[in-house]
Amino acid sequence: MNAPKAKTLFQKIWESHVVTQEPGAPAVLYIDLHLVHEVTSPQAFAGLRSRGLRVRRPARTFATVDHSIPTGDPAVPLSDMLASRQIAQMEENAGWGGIRFFGMNSTQRGIVHVIGPELGLTQPGMTVVCGDSHTSTHGAFGALAFGIGTSEVEHVLASQCLLQRRPGVCEVRIEGKKGPGVTAKDIVLALLARIGVGGGTGHVFEYTGSAVGSLTMEERMTICNMSIEGGARAGMMAPDDTTIEYIAGREFSPRGAAWDSAVARWRKLPTDDGAVFDRSMTLDISGLSPMITFGTNPGMGLAITGPVPSPDQVADPARRSALRKALEYMNLTPGQPLLGSPVNVVFIGSCTNGRISDLRLAASVLRGRRVAPTVRLLVVPGSQAVKAQAEDEGLDGIFKSAGAEWREAGCSMCIAMNGDQLLPGQYAVSTSNRNFEGRQGKGGRTFLASPLTAAACAVTGTITDVRTLPS
Amino acid sequence: MPGFSRFTSRLVPLLVDNIDTDQIIPARFLKVTDKLGLGESLFSDWRFNPDGSPRADFVLNMPEHRGAQILLAGDNFGCGSSREHAPWALSGFGFRAVISTSFADIFANNALKNSLLPLALSGADHREVVALLKSDPAAEFSVDLSSQTLITPGGKPMPFPIDSFAKTCLLNGVDELGYLLRFVPEIEAFEQSTSRG
Repeated sequence: MNAPKAKTLFQKIWESHVVTQEPGAPAVLYIDLHLVHEVTSPQAFAGLRSRGLRVRRPARTFATVDHSIPTGDPAVPLSDMLASRQIAQMEENAGWGGIRFFGMNSTQRGIVHVIGPELGLTQPGMTVVCGDSHTSTHGAFGALAFGIGTSEVEHVLASQCLLQRRPGVCEVRIEGKKGPGVTAKDIVLALLARIGVGGGTGHVFEYTGSAVGSLTMEERMTICNMSIEGGARAGMMAPDDTTIEYIAGREFSPRGAAWDSAVARWRKLPTDDGAVFDRSMTLDISGLSPMITFGTNPGMGLAITGPVPSPDQVADPARRSALRKALEYMNLTPGQPLLGSPVNVVFIGSCTNGRISDLRLAASVLRGRRVAPTVRLLVVPGSQAVKAQAEDEGLDGIFKSAGAEWREAGCSMCIAMNGDQLLPGQYAVSTSNRNFEGRQGKGGRTFLASPLTAAACAVTGTITDVRTLPS
Repeated sequence: MPGFSRFTSRLVPLLVDNIDTDQIIPARFLKVTDKLGLGESLFSDWRFNPDGSPRADFVLNMPEHRGAQILLAGDNFGCGSSREHAPWALSGFGFRAVISTSFADIFANNALKNSLLPLALSGADHREVVALLKSDPAAEFSVDLSSQTLITPGGKPMPFPIDSFAKTCLLNGVDELGYLLRFVPEIEAFEQSTSRG
C-alpha cells in the first residue's frame, strides 16, 4: 500500500467538509460556525421568511451587533433611527431563528472577529463564515474561514452549507525575526506592499515559516485578518501549542474527554511534509521597519522612514495613474517624507488591532505622555471583554490621562457607520485595515499603521517613527 | 429569477483600477434592511458634490451614458468589503454587466447571485474595447452569455471565462438555494456520520 498522500492544512479541512459534489457543479461545503451581524444579515433573514424556511442549525450560528452601534456613553439612547432599526431587527431575527445573540447589553458582545476566538467558538479544523470579509481572521487558528455575501448568509442559515469552488493555496513563508518597533501589523502591511490588493485573488494563503510559530495568537489574527486586503479570501496558520493554549478553558471550548480528542484531531491538521502548494512566496522580515500606508488602498504601503513614491517612476500607465489619483486624494507630494506630516485623528481599535495586546502596545507608548493638543485619539476596544480586561490592568487610566477617548466596543471608525468618523480633509493614523477613499468618513484620509506607530503619532501630532520617540 | 438573455448596450467607462466596494456603495448606506433604492447611492462619493448636487464631470452623470447597462472598469474590480450591497447598487442603477480584467472573489460571487455579470476580458481585449470607445463613445456592444463572448460593434467576439455552474444558473434563472436544498438528505447523513447533529 502506498503511503497516504501529503496534504496541506487547507486540503485536510476542505476534504473533510465536502458533503457532496455533482459533476461540473461546485462542492456542497459544510459550515461548522456561522457568525452573523446586523449589517449583512437582514435581507438574508427576510429571504428565509419569504421562502418559509427556518434556521437549520441555530446551535452553529451566533449573532452580535458591531458595525452600526455607537461606542459612546451607553446611557445615551441611539439617535440614528436607521442603525437603531437594524440593531432591533438583528435581535428580532436572532430570536426568531433561535440563535444565541450577544446584544447591546451583553458583556460578551464585540466585533465578530474578536469575540469568536475570545469565546472559544473558533477552533482548528473548522469551516467558519460570516457576512464580513475580515472573517479571514479566524484562519489564525488553523480554520478555513472566509467572508461571504448576504445571499450566501441566507444559504448557510437555510442549509448549513455553501456551494463553493475549491480555491488555490498560496504558501506565504515568513522568515526572520522582527526588530524593535515592528509588529504583526507591519509584517502584513509589508506583504501587501509587495503583492498589491489583487495578488492573492483566487487563493487562500497559508502562512508558514519560522517567524509564524513565534507569533502570539493575537499577532497571528492580525496577519490573517488582512489576508483579504491582498485579495485572498482566507489566511491560515497551522495550529500548534500556542493555539491550543489560547483555546483551553474558554466558554465554548471543548472540555474533559472532548477536549482531549479535539486536541488529538487538531494535532493532525498541520500541512504534511512534502505537500504541494499551488504557489509559494517568501517574506523575510529581518530588517523590516515599521510600515505605514500613504495611498488609498492597503497595498500602497512603505517603510515609515521612506519617501512618498513618485508616479513618474512607475512604468505601467494604469499603476501610474492610480498612484497619481491616490496622492491627489491624500494631498501628498511625490518624494516627500511622510515623517513629520500632520495628523488630526488617531484611531486605535478594529478587528485587526483591537485586542488586549494591541491596547497594551498603545499604552506602552502613551504611559506618562500626553496626546498632542491638535489630535483626537479614540481608543475603541474590540470587545466588551477586552474593555474589561484593559480596565482591570489600568490601561484605561493611561489612555484617559493621556487625553484619549476611551470608548465602548465596536467597529467604530474602521467603517465609520456609527458616527465615529473623520471630517472631510482630515488625516487619520488608524490601526484598522482599510484606507480606501472615504472609508473612515467622507473626504477623510487614512494612514494605516500598527498600534505602536499610531500611539507615537498621537503623541507628536505628526507621522512619527516610534523607535525615535524621545522618552 | 428570470434567465440572463443576450443584450446590447453602450458602455460607461470608469477606467480606474482596484475599485473597492466602499466606493461602489459607501458604508453609511448599509443601514438599510432591504435591497431597494441602493442604485441612488451608487458611487455616491464620486458622483455627488458635498452639497448633494451631481458632479457634471463624473461619467454616470453624463447624459450620453444614461440608460447604458454595461460598466467598463479597470483591473481588479470589487475588492474590499464583502457587502452584497455593491451588486445591489449596480443592478439597482441599471447595470447588467461590469467589464474588467479581473474581479475580487467575493464581489464576483455576489454579483452572479444577483444576475449581474462580472465579465473579465483579457488585457489585450480590454485595451481594444477602451480604444474602440475612444473613437466612438456611443459604440454598442453585445453581451452573449451562451457563447461567453462580448461582441464589438464590428462583430468581433471577445471571449470571457465564467464558472460553468454559474453560467447554467444565470442562463436558466436557477435559484442556487433551491439547488442546495435538494441535498438536505446528504447534509443530514453527513452530520450524522461526522457527529455534527
